[in-house]
Amino acid sequence: MLEVSGITQIFGGVTALEDVSFRVNRGDITGVIGPNGAGKTTLFNIITGIYTQTSGKVVFEDKDISGLPPEKLARLAMVRTFQNIELFGGMTVHENVMVGMHTKSSSGMLSCALKMPWSISEERRIRNDSMKWLEFTGITELAEVEAGNLPFGKGRLLEIARALAVEPRIILMDEPAAGLNSQETLGLAHLIKRIRDLGITVVLVEHDMELVMDICDRIVVLNLGRKLAEGTPREIQENPEVIAAYLGDDD
Amino acid sequence: MQFDQILQYTLSGLSTGAIYALIGIGFSIIYNATGIINFAQGEFVMLGGLLTLSCLDLLKLPIWAAIPCAVAVSTLAGLLFERLAIRPLRQPTPINLVIITIGGSILIRGMAMLIWGKDTHAIPSFSGDDPIAIGGATILPQHLWILAITVVIIVINKFYFYHTISGKAMRACAYNRRAAGLVGIDVRRMVLFSFMISSAMGAVAGIIVAPLTMIAYDVGVMLGLKGFCAAIIGGMSSGIATVVGGLLLGVLESLGAGLISSGYKDAIAFIILLLILFIRPQGLFGKADSERV
Repeated sequence: MLEVSGITQIFGGVTALEDVSFRVNRGDITGVIGPNGAGKTTLFNIITGIYTQTSGKVVFEDKDISGLPPEKLARLAMVRTFQNIELFGGMTVHENVMVGMHTKSSSGMLSCALKMPWSISEERRIRNDSMKWLEFTGITELAEVEAGNLPFGKGRLLEIARALAVEPRIILMDEPAAGLNSQETLGLAHLIKRIRDLGITVVLVEHDMELVMDICDRIVVLNLGRKLAEGTPREIQENPEVIAAYLGDDD
Repeated sequence: MQFDQILQYTLSGLSTGAIYALIGIGFSIIYNATGIINFAQGEFVMLGGLLTLSCLDLLKLPIWAAIPCAVAVSTLAGLLFERLAIRPLRQPTPINLVIITIGGSILIRGMAMLIWGKDTHAIPSFSGDDPIAIGGATILPQHLWILAITVVIIVINKFYFYHTISGKAMRACAYNRRAAGLVGIDVRRMVLFSFMISSAMGAVAGIIVAPLTMIAYDVGVMLGLKGFCAAIIGGMSSGIATVVGGLLLGVLESLGAGLISSGYKDAIAFIILLLILFIRPQGLFGKADSERV
């Protein structure tokens, strides 16, 4: 589904990532973990086209997507969410999700501006379809609230709803549980599993070990810019190198 | 007598104000999509008027065909301006872009001077010049055209931004460009659209005002600044706040010119501009960080 091979990223004199390779299977929830500064977010930024890597390749569904900008990736059905949620603050919750369906809209600016009948019916269709994603994430009752006024936890749900509206085949989440309380985290775990059940592949960077071990099918561990280990949650928990990286070595 | 005079000044102020509002909205649309002030906005106003003139005189088109033709050519000019002057910049800072728009405006004005000469030209009114009496005041049919066309354009504009997906996508760019890219919006294309919409609106403003004020290659400077002034009063909103800003400016200018001295007409606009910038830089109606689209 998604294959990262030989990714190296050098910022000035600092090597943030060195020869990182791994593969994400279709329909899995894959977790990327590692101590602070391990290069997790850098890796995400490379996969999703925000940075361009120094060397290496990202292949998504047999297509080399290295260096494609985010909007092209969205059209190829890859989306991401941010650790610090990025919403359209002055627009309503419902409108935020509708904009997510933008790529599915066929009406150009001209026909919209001229109020062509088909662009109006399309607007209506998108208005209805987008409600489905608000229901899926459980924020239907907030539809008319301005996104900038949402509490943080709801904002995160909205960001996920908007990402899903793009109808992705893969969704990358950067620390989805950051800033959530334990109740919200529990709900999030359930939501991520339901996203997988829709057939969408999920990749997440996360610090909340309980969440990662609970929901992930596979885990990739990064440390100091290198891949340390890869495997099922059980294998990772028992891997001595991983334990050393997290808890410190005896010597 | 005094009341009739004030009514007269107010009415003509409203129609000039409508023009300022249209130009001001053009400023705001580009500002919201890109964060830059397009100081070439006034030149599209001039192009609209002069292109209409050419369509009428050279191509012998009737007025109803000349107007869309002139708007189309001006929109094309806006498109070219974005593609050739704005987009090629690799890592633009706002100040680079602002200076480029000033350079662009000088270039466009210079070309217009070569094409149409330095003379002032007249365009016939859309429907005659018989004054219409309203109370003790009179207005020209062209004033009514200006008000009506402005209202129609503002309504279409509102509909586009709030009730179509493409319009919502453009608002989304204004709120958060990064997130807009992430959901698949091609931000650069939206910037291009914003230049096209703004130049079309500027051209319309130039066309409808030309029968009243005459048109020449250099009218864009002053009209552009007045439109900028309207946008500042409205806090760079591309909605009703800028419209009110434009109307307010038009009426104050006209009352000032009529009741104090017509020599101060332009000074009044700039005094208002300075006062707003000193006292309420967020615009007359804005909260500190207001909704801008």
